[in-house]
Amino acid sequence: MPLNEAFLGRVFPPSAPYQVGREKIREFASAIGDANPAFHDVEAARALGYPDVIAPPTFAVVLALKASTAAVKDPELGLDYSRVVHGEQTFAYSRPIVAGDELVVTVTIDSLRTIAGNDMVNARGDITTVDGEHVATTTSLLVARALEPSE
Amino acid sequence: MTARVALADVEVGTELPAQVFHVDRAGLVRYAGASGDFNVIHWNERLATSVGLPNVIAHGMLTMALAGRTVTDWVGDPGAVVEFGTKFTRPVVVPDDADGATVEVTGKVAAINDDGTVRVSLSVVCDGVTVLGNPRAVVRLA
Repeated sequence: MPLNEAFLGRVFPPSAPYQVGREKIREFASAIGDANPAFHDVEAARALGYPDVIAPPTFAVVLALKASTAAVKDPELGLDYSRVVHGEQTFAYSRPIVAGDELVVTVTIDSLRTIAGNDMVNARGDITTVDGEHVATTTSLLVARALEPSE
Repeated sequence: MTARVALADVEVGTELPAQVFHVDRAGLVRYAGASGDFNVIHWNERLATSVGLPNVIAHGMLTMALAGRTVTDWVGDPGAVVEFGTKFTRPVVVPDDADGATVEVTGKVAAINDDGTVRVSLSVVCDGVTVLGNPRAVVRLA
């Protein structure tokens, strides 16, 4: 089934607010084996000028992929999610994510294309606080691999 | 927000300290739980091989996080990383043994930007194969 071109440029409603917990940041940092004090120790983070522990640069994917996955699973889009792999990921930060942040993600479909049977969707996630302060923008290229190998 | 490395201390070609990471099955389960990415190809060998993979593979985002650590360990203040991106070009296959997979990350300063930030380009290799495509970060140094 071809991708539905009507989704190009579509902006999805903002996600429900995500409360960034101090322990969640610590758990995520530990899962990537990272003992950087800025992720674990409130005083160390404050010494760097932050109000609380900050999140590793890839933490935003926890929010962004959840929101973009919900968006691209819309059956009207025509993307076979059972075949989806992560093709590319970028992050651009206005500031680091800090424990205590309450964040919403607004997903926009930036591009849609099919190359050699691979359906590719680029989903942008604009992450802001509930008060509208921009924190980060993520892009995730999601690829539904061709049913038959094309190589 | 104070990076440990000063702009005045780097030039194009300055190398970041190289790092070697070990990724095993327990680490994949842990990352799945912390990230919420429970895709079966990251923990179930039967289902991973049924979709044509050689074995269970690491989350691309975990490999990217290890690459990111190489940058944040160098710069000291992780909040100094203002941009970070990569393509996922080859899987990191994680066998069910005591050693798991070994991921080697190297990096160097590729450019000094007009706004005083620097662009770091990385190389991420597993079993002699480059697994991330054009991994790069933009960092605001002290």
